[in-house]
Amino acid sequence: MLPFAYEKPKSLDDAVKALADEGAVPIAGGTTMIDLMKLYVLQPPKLVDIGGLPGLGEIEETDDAVVFGALVRMADAAEHPLLKSDYPALSEALWLAASPQIRNMATLGGNVLQRTRCPYFRDTSYRCNRRVPGSGCDAIGGINRLHAVLGTSETCIASYPGDWAVALAAFDTEVDAVSRAGKRTIAFADLHLRPDDHPERVHALKEGEVITHVRVKKTPLGKASTYYKVRDRESYAFALASVAAALVMDGETVKDVRLGLGGVASVPWRAREAEDGLKGQELTPETARRAGETAFRDARTYDHNAFKVPLGVETVVEALMSAKTRA
Amino acid sequence: MTNPTPGASRREFLSTAASAPLVAGAAAGVLGGEARAQTTTGAAMAGGQVLVTLKVNGQTHRLSLDPRVTLVDALREHLGLTGTKVGCNHGQCGACTVHKDGVRVLSCLTLAVAAEGSEITTIEGLADGDELHPMQAAFVQHDAYQCGYCTPGQILSAVACVKEGHAGSDAEIREYMSGNLCRCGAYVNIVAAINDAKTKMGA
Ligand SMILES: Cc1cc2nc3c(=O)[nH]c(=O)nc-3n(C[C@H](O)[C@H](O)[C@H](O)COP(=O)(O)OP(=O)(O)OC[C@H]3O[C@@H](n4cnc5c(N)ncnc54)[C@H](O)[C@@H]3O)c2cc1C
Ligand code: FES
Ligand code: FES
Repeated sequence: MLPFAYEKPKSLDDAVKALADEGAVPIAGGTTMIDLMKLYVLQPPKLVDIGGLPGLGEIEETDDAVVFGALVRMADAAEHPLLKSDYPALSEALWLAASPQIRNMATLGGNVLQRTRCPYFRDTSYRCNRRVPGSGCDAIGGINRLHAVLGTSETCIASYPGDWAVALAAFDTEVDAVSRAGKRTIAFADLHLRPDDHPERVHALKEGEVITHVRVKKTPLGKASTYYKVRDRESYAFALASVAAALVMDGETVKDVRLGLGGVASVPWRAREAEDGLKGQELTPETARRAGETAFRDARTYDHNAFKVPLGVETVVEALMSAKTRA
Repeated sequence: MTNPTPGASRREFLSTAASAPLVAGAAAGVLGGEARAQTTTGAAMAGGQVLVTLKVNGQTHRLSLDPRVTLVDALREHLGLTGTKVGCNHGQCGACTVHKDGVRVLSCLTLAVAAEGSEITTIEGLADGDELHPMQAAFVQHDAYQCGYCTPGQILSAVACVKEGHAGSDAEIREYMSGNLCRCGAYVNIVAAINDAKTKMGA
């Protein structure tokens, strides 16, 4: 790690002030930040430790939303009775992620902002447009088995690695943020940026802006929801492909459906066309497979990751059929 | 032990040399010089030092540390508590697992300064005098290790796994112990040890 200044403010107001310094960044659980600082991938001159700030560690229910404080630990949210009963996809996406120790440390705010696990991004001896804008991408002609097939660009094919954000993408989610310029609300779909020409820009937050809450609009889609994750080993691994599926059924017919895809895309991915194709249809393994094929119709594959298309399609089928058992 | 800078022991020399390319915490003592600003407020300038009070196994230690020093380095290099191991140093193996306020965490991804005010328990703090913690005894009895390098982390993780109520079945134990890798592959005996200890722990 390079030397950095460290400050641990006592209130959110103080944190926002401390973050106004040039290059200052927040650290919450530190499980992404310290890892990448040790690798010299991130080199912030100043860390503002928000991990212990008061008032951001609760999950609350309002009339129309479930509101997550940005500092709720993954482990606590995963075990929350409301999520387990009414939004199982949001609980499963957390306990199927990382390890118990990491889930005890990591916060929900930090979780949605975790960085790609692309090995070329994580190793400063390779070229990476995300790490060093304009330097090139060694993943495109390299070992790209883990990389994205949806939402990539000529400059970057890294996949978004997180799980919870994929479940959030399947619901109507918003993020509350605060900076010296004041408070604002960002639609979750606008939080993560596709690489396009600027892969170094990974999220829409301004410098020094802090996420305070994640709000999921209450919905009957929650009950019959699931998060289905496929990985190289049975536990403690990132997704090769994952699907958050949520359903409202009318008998055998799909009344409403949501599909979030993970492990396969540059950002937490919502498969809207696939959803539209399913509405009003009977839900069978065949219609589910058609939805999966629609979801991956625009997939662009590289030397080693073409397997993610059939795997992703099957994962859509598994997730939908498993969500149906809860409807 | 309260001395923040034990003499240049062989262990410290070796570990400093071994981590030379990654300068970081172990070499903090030679950095800074006049740029070093000491504060008492839990804040530090880059290259400066920060006063950190760590409560480890019931004892309070006051250390002056570069903010880059991770909790595992503070434990091992500054407090001489070498029971906690470093495997990957990147959150991937669990060898560095300790309890922070009763909860299992990775000390390689925790900054020492961020652990200020928390109660830390390491493998050295688990036994009751000469009497091993039931989990330690069960690991011995079930031969739940081979080289032993992952064992302190496994044991701390296992104690937490039982206390969390995540040791209900073999499958649940495997899932909730998945953050602790064992390169010797002692997994089968680790599951047996946890099953045994959980009854003795009253769970
Ligand atoms: C070995 C390993 C395995 C893992 N496996 C998985 C997995 O299977 N699935 C998965 O989903 N994740 C996995 N993770 C990633 C892990 O979940 C994230 O590292 C973690 O959730 C990040 O949260 P944090 O609080 O530790 O964030 P930090 O490391 O503190 O911060 C992460 C980023 O977010 C910013 N930030 C943090 N909080 C805020 C805020 N409130 N407002 C604005 N910016 C903020 C920081 O500046 C930083 O850029 C794994 C991590 C490791 C090390
Ligand atoms: S040394 Fe901390 S997880 Fe491997
Ligand atoms: S006993 Fe050797 S690594 Fe586990």
